[in-house]
Amino acid sequence: MPKTIMTVDDSASIRQMVSFTLKKEGYETIEAVDGADALSKLNGRTIHMIITDLNMPNLDGIGLIKGARSNPSLKFIPIVMLTTESQESKKLEGRQAGATGWIIKPFKPEQLVAVVKKVLG
Amino acid sequence: MTETGTEANTYREIYKEEANEQLLELETALLELEETPDDVELIGRAFRAMHTIKGSGAMFGFDDIAGFTHEIETVYDKVREGNIPVTKELINLTLKAKDRIKSMLDETPPGEAPVGLTSAEIVAAFKKLASGEEVFTSPATTPSPERASSSYTAGENITYRIRFKPSPDIFLTGTNPLLLLDEIRSLGECRIAAQVDDIPPLTDMNPEYCYVYWDIVLTTGQGINAIKDVFIFIEDLCEVTIHIIDSEDGFTVEEDYKKIGEILVEKGDIKKEDLQKVLTEKKYLGEILVNSGLVAPDKVESALVEQEHIRKVRDKSKAKEETQSSVKVPAERLDMLVNLVGELVTLQSRLTQTASLFNKAELSALAEEVERLTGELRDNALNMRMLPIGTTFGRFKRLVRDLSGELGKEIEMTTEGAETEIDKTVIEKLNDPLVHLIRNCIDHGIELPDIRESANKPRMGIIHLSAVHSGGNVIVRIQDDGKGLDKEAILAKAIEKGLITHNAELNEKEIFGFIFHPGFSTAKEVTSVSGRGVGMDVVRKAIDALRGSIDITSVRGKGTTVTVTLPLTLAIVEGLLFAIGKEHFVIPLSIVEECVELTREDVRKAHGKNVAYIRGEMVPYIRLRKEFNIPGQEPPIEQIVVTGRNGERIGFVVDNVIGEHQTVIKNLGKFYRNVEGISGATILGDGTVALLVDVPKIAKNVELAEAIFG
Repeated sequence: MPKTIMTVDDSASIRQMVSFTLKKEGYETIEAVDGADALSKLNGRTIHMIITDLNMPNLDGIGLIKGARSNPSLKFIPIVMLTTESQESKKLEGRQAGATGWIIKPFKPEQLVAVVKKVLG
Repeated sequence: MTETGTEANTYREIYKEEANEQLLELETALLELEETPDDVELIGRAFRAMHTIKGSGAMFGFDDIAGFTHEIETVYDKVREGNIPVTKELINLTLKAKDRIKSMLDETPPGEAPVGLTSAEIVAAFKKLASGEEVFTSPATTPSPERASSSYTAGENITYRIRFKPSPDIFLTGTNPLLLLDEIRSLGECRIAAQVDDIPPLTDMNPEYCYVYWDIVLTTGQGINAIKDVFIFIEDLCEVTIHIIDSEDGFTVEEDYKKIGEILVEKGDIKKEDLQKVLTEKKYLGEILVNSGLVAPDKVESALVEQEHIRKVRDKSKAKEETQSSVKVPAERLDMLVNLVGELVTLQSRLTQTASLFNKAELSALAEEVERLTGELRDNALNMRMLPIGTTFGRFKRLVRDLSGELGKEIEMTTEGAETEIDKTVIEKLNDPLVHLIRNCIDHGIELPDIRESANKPRMGIIHLSAVHSGGNVIVRIQDDGKGLDKEAILAKAIEKGLITHNAELNEKEIFGFIFHPGFSTAKEVTSVSGRGVGMDVVRKAIDALRGSIDITSVRGKGTTVTVTLPLTLAIVEGLLFAIGKEHFVIPLSIVEECVELTREDVRKAHGKNVAYIRGEMVPYIRLRKEFNIPGQEPPIEQIVVTGRNGERIGFVVDNVIGEHQTVIKNLGKFYRNVEGISGATILGDGTVALLVDVPKIAKNVELAEAIFG
């Protein structure tokens, strides 16, 4: 069965690029526009991995990571955050919240796939 | 010659074969690198190719190649690290080096001056490139304490000891340590020992924590950064230590020193037997350590694993650098297999035919089963000889690059369908004709940049080489956007040569057909590339020999397209089977256009001329019955098998057409080999022999006869 990956970003183009790339690799994808949307969609579905932006309205990436980690069924799910070089402090914050890894923007599709394979197997 | 001598020779042959492949790979990578100089992947490919050439070269006694390649590899190592930029100069130099390696491989006799630069000159040029750059960067880099950095570069196998101790709460970051171990495994030869001494008693255990850690021994050529990359996401959450414990350079030195026992024996201070006795009494170090309680047994176990790993890696690197996933088989063996499969196909069709006579269900079922299996076996056997045509395309890129430079032209070569597969024999025989056709494009087709510009064309000319499957054929197209063929010049030349009269009315195809005549060239002067009038006829002969056809279309000022149609394989051909009297014959189906009836009425209307009117078009025909001197009376309604080759249509008159036949081609025996008009034979289902008609030969013979006798 294909694994399902949720991509969370307020930018539709990034969501599309991530979804498209992952679908091509045979994964299923679910999109969410921000942390709050993501948390609401996470319930009642089997999701194997989350790829999230950090800066988002409503609930940001850090909040999403914390929220996910406090949910028993999502405690150990791989979460990869999308960051920019300038957000070193954010990256650290994300790590402390329980992020599995990160991808630095801008990134190429191959890099995304490599990271997904790394944390998802 | 001794047996070991021949064996060594065989290895050298295999190495040469491998090195040639690697050189091709190197060249392809370089040419692509020229287009995308920042592509790290390509630099890696070039590096790997050189590394293989060097590594195996030293093993089979090609020390000159190994030494030379090592120098270039050293420079490319710096290129890979980004210390030397990829420039046109670098690529030019590397291509020259590639040629040099090639000529070393071909063992140019020492007396003959090697073409191009000598090894020393090339190495000097590389060193200049490298050193010029080193001076530039040296202030920035601090020399590392271990002299290692240059010798322990990626590419050479190095063995590392890694301890990976994740923090207990690693699972809470969504990290699966086992995936990381898998990733480490994918880097190279690897032994992993799990360490369990930190696991607490069950009562104290938190099930969400990770208490295990791992000792890993890894041998990889990918360098320490590749290992660090594996742990990149968790470097702050876990303890990862990496040590180099063995490298390929290191071990020869290590084994140089003697053990104390050996020295004592040599000096005569102790007898060898006594030493042996003492040694056998001695306990293993691990045992002593465990007994004394200094080290836990599993730690010793882990150390032993490491020791064993190193020993294994060393043994392996002595034997063979890398294992391959494919098997190399001499071509003759494959030919033999295909021959046998051919026999089997023949036998199978006899079985099918016999089974149909008996009308027994069991027998027919068996025959059908055999038919299915033979079909699969045949396809598989033929597939084994298939190679992607792209292997030759790479060579052409180089040709275009070199020749266009020589002639002051700007030409880019684009390719398409490099993955199209075709029989190995066909590829080999196709090389020379294609080289010739591409040379023609470069020399005659594409104009000089200035002329192109004044004709409102881009300065850069394009030669497009494409290959595509079409039924049982492969169609190779060579397309240029040059000046096109000059119809008038060709006509004038044909008249001058006496090939036609002034008032002959010819269509475009027939006119272009003249350039396939021997000694036909409209080039005003002979250049180093072409114009000597040898060539197109040779090209055509070569294509004919492959049972293919060649076709030219051209638009003045726009360009020329040469289309070569080739059969997928030479061993089995789809043929059209027909009979004359009691004899059976086969013509390759690929050149058959249609079959039409020829009645006595038609013959009478033609007034003694061997010409048929098919849908208003005149088609000359040849009576095979007459050609092969077959006795007997032709039936009232005969058949014409119309063939089309190189734009000419010729009919062959036969008694009756039987139908399609899978022809397994057999060569004729020595006695019949020189019979004109027959190029092979095949065995039919009932065991009778059918002869394969050599269409080009017969057509030519008849043409000649008509020219002489009118």
